[in-house]
Formats: sequence, C-alpha cells, structure tokens
Amino acid sequence: MTTGQYTVILLHSTSHAIHAERLLNRAGIPSKMIPVPRHISSSCGVCIRVGRPDREAAQRVLQVAGVEIEGTHDI
Amino acid sequence: MIYFDNAATSWPKPPGVAEAMVRFLEAVGANPGRAAHRLAVESGRILYDAREAVADLFHAPDPLRVVFTKNVTEALNLALRGLLRPGDHVVTSSMEHNSVMRPLRALERDGVQVTVVTCSPQGVLAPADVAAAIRPATRLVVLNHASNVVGTLLPVAEVGAICRQRGVLLLVDAAQTAGAYPIDVEAARVDLLAFTGHKSMGGPMGTGGLIIGERVEERQLEPLVRGGTGSRSEYEVQPDFLPDMCESGTPNVVGLAGLEAGVRWVLEQGVETIRAHEVTLARALIEGLLVIPGVTVYGTLDAERQTATVSFNIIGMEPSEVGLRLDDEHEIMCRVGLHCAPAAHRTMDTFPDGTVRFGLGAFNTMAEVEAALAAVEALAREVR
Repeated sequence: MTTGQYTVILLHSTSHAIHAERLLNRAGIPSKMIPVPRHISSSCGVCIRVGRPDREAAQRVLQVAGVEIEGTHDI
Repeated sequence: MIYFDNAATSWPKPPGVAEAMVRFLEAVGANPGRAAHRLAVESGRILYDAREAVADLFHAPDPLRVVFTKNVTEALNLALRGLLRPGDHVVTSSMEHNSVMRPLRALERDGVQVTVVTCSPQGVLAPADVAAAIRPATRLVVLNHASNVVGTLLPVAEVGAICRQRGVLLLVDAAQTAGAYPIDVEAARVDLLAFTGHKSMGGPMGTGGLIIGERVEERQLEPLVRGGTGSRSEYEVQPDFLPDMCESGTPNVVGLAGLEAGVRWVLEQGVETIRAHEVTLARALIEGLLVIPGVTVYGTLDAERQTATVSFNIIGMEPSEVGLRLDDEHEIMCRVGLHCAPAAHRTMDTFPDGTVRFGLGAFNTMAEVEAALAAVEALAREVR
C-alpha cells in the first residue's frame, strides 16, 4: 500500500461498517473493508478505506444517511 | 401426511433456506465482526443482509435497529426487562402468551404494576379499554398482534395511535403474524416489534429478534446479556449503541442466513398474496367445522379477522384424544391443549381442557383442509 493514496473512515462496529459499505456502493464510491490500522485506533475491528479523492464525497454520503463517523484519517 | 402445526413452527421451509444455511457452513463459516479477514467480513455481510431483509419486511427504516435474539420469547424479555423499572405501569391484554405473561408476573414481584385488559371470549380487544387503562405511570403497552390460540387479530394500529397520543411505548408480539400478515411498524406506530424467525418468516429455529424504534432511546434500554461484541474491545463496559449493545456473544449466523432466505422468499411471494391464500384456507376450514354436528369453533369465526390458526373442540372427546387420533389414524399433525397461554384460555372459557389447534401456513392446500374436515367429521360422528 502506497502511503498517501487512501483515507480510512472509522465507524462504531462491523455492522456499521457494512452498512456504510452498502451506502457507498450504492453511491458508486469504491470502498474496501480493512482492519483498523493499529496506529490510528484500537477501537472497532474493521474500517472503510476509500481513495483519497473520494474522501469528501464518501463523508457526505454517510452523513446524509445519518451514519455516525468515529474518525477519518488519511493513510 | 398433513402438517397443521405452523403456529408452533412452520414446515416445510421455503426453497432456498436450507441451501443458504449449507452455503454458510461450507463456504463461509467465520465469526462476524470479530476479525477483518475476508471470511469474517462475508459472515458480517450475511448478518447485515438478514437485518436488511427483516427491516424490509416490516418497513423499518434502519437495519441497524434490528437486534437478533434466539426467538421471540428472548426478544420480549429483552424489551420488557430492558425498559420497565420498579414503579412503572404496563398494560397488556388477557390474550397474551406466557412469553409476555411470565416476564410480566416476574416484573410485578420487582415492583412493576401490571394491568391486564380483558378481551371478549372471541379474543377481541377494544382499543378504548386500553386507553382507559393508561395512567400517568404507564410506560408501555404490550400486545400480541394475533393470538396463538385462536388467531384473533388485535387492533395494534388503533392502540399505536392511542399510545403515541398518550406518550406511551407500544411493544407488539408478532410471533403469529410476522410474514403472514402485513406489518408496517411506522404506519402502525409500533415502537418495538418482537418477531420469531421460524414461523411464517420461513427461517429455522433459533432465530428471532426485536426491532427498536426511534422513540426508544438506547440509554433507556438495559441489555439482557452483556459480553463480547467485537466492537469497543478496549473497554470493559458494554457498548451503548445498537445493535451491538443487545447482541453479545457469537450470533447464530447459520440460522440467520436461513432466515434471510426465508424472508426474501416471503417478500418475493408478497405478504398480501400469502395472506390471501391463508384467508381462503381458514375460511373453508372454519365454515367446514361449523357444519359438523358436535364441533365447537372458537374465535370470531371470520377469517378476515384472524390468522390461519383455528381452534375447536369435539364435544365429548378430550383434545388430547382428538390430537392422538388425528395423528395415528389420519396423519394430521396439530397441537392440542393449553398452547402456553392460560390467560387466553380463561378468556375463551376453554381452561383447563384447552382446544385442538389447526395452524395453517403458506404451504398448506385446500385438499388438505378438505381431508382434515373429513377426519374431524369421522371422529365427531363416533361421539354423537
């Protein structure tokens, strides 16, 4: 993984991450569920990774759907 | 062989249910939400798909407010024990199953006040009687959507409107209607809907759940069970968000894969189509039983006002004897006795002997109804 290409979005739990994945998929934003990088958080097991250029669009989709975002980090 | 015990559990299951369960066991198998590898994520997706299917069936807006339990009894216990505190008042009906009555009687010992509104001997509940029972301390009204004994539908939407107006939560036990009768939790103003997966939703045993509406705040709901959720693993206190706060321990993903397939089948057929088929069968069964001399049929006798569960007795023959002979001599499987609902039987005046219950389902046919009527007729002729 090349540093600087991606943004990870942290959510409450795996259920929420899958919910977010579905919403992003419907909105046409490519995403992947990955383990939360340890240096970011020891919280939930998985998070959503999107391309850095999709960062704002992805956040907007989730916010509109009322999904609580725990954090957004560029990696 | 005629299976008329669908009110206890549906059988056979819709096509695709067993296949979905086998697929999970053979190709996925992992624990959802506990790791981030592909199989764990796939398992999590199956669990999510099941939540989404259930939310679709009941027109619930948020799949993450669908909490899975092992059956409707656990879901009802979660809602009742989770919301009611000493000093609270709760209203229920005299047609409830012990899955509501027993938790309420236990809560009563702990200082919760319980009012049981009496239904008619046909199992009919007057919404005005519920309204009259509501007091300032009333926190919750809990009602079955349809009686497991006699099938009579209760007016949940009318009670929902009353509850909303009076600032009271409504919990509905949809064990007998989920998948067999249209339910829209928003339109009917149902705050909490408890369902079981293994009846008309077509899933296997070990599946059920509670839909938790927006009016129920997470902080007001005490989980029944606490433990690992795969989330907030750095904390020793239970998460405070749904569904995790109410779903500790490894879930029954194999069962829920089957439930999802069952619910998708129900949605493909259409609940209205299934309902129309069951009304046709129930009407023929009720009308056929009514013309057999020596047979008493219970309930409203109107197929439109009940599920396809029909209770009756043959005068002069114990229900247990009727059940045994229907099985032995006619290969008809039904349930006899008190059906885990002593209050309902007292209301119907069938306590303590109980009734013979034919629980019809989506896969029963008119030919089976006709064969069963002939069998009851033959038994009734003996004791005349």
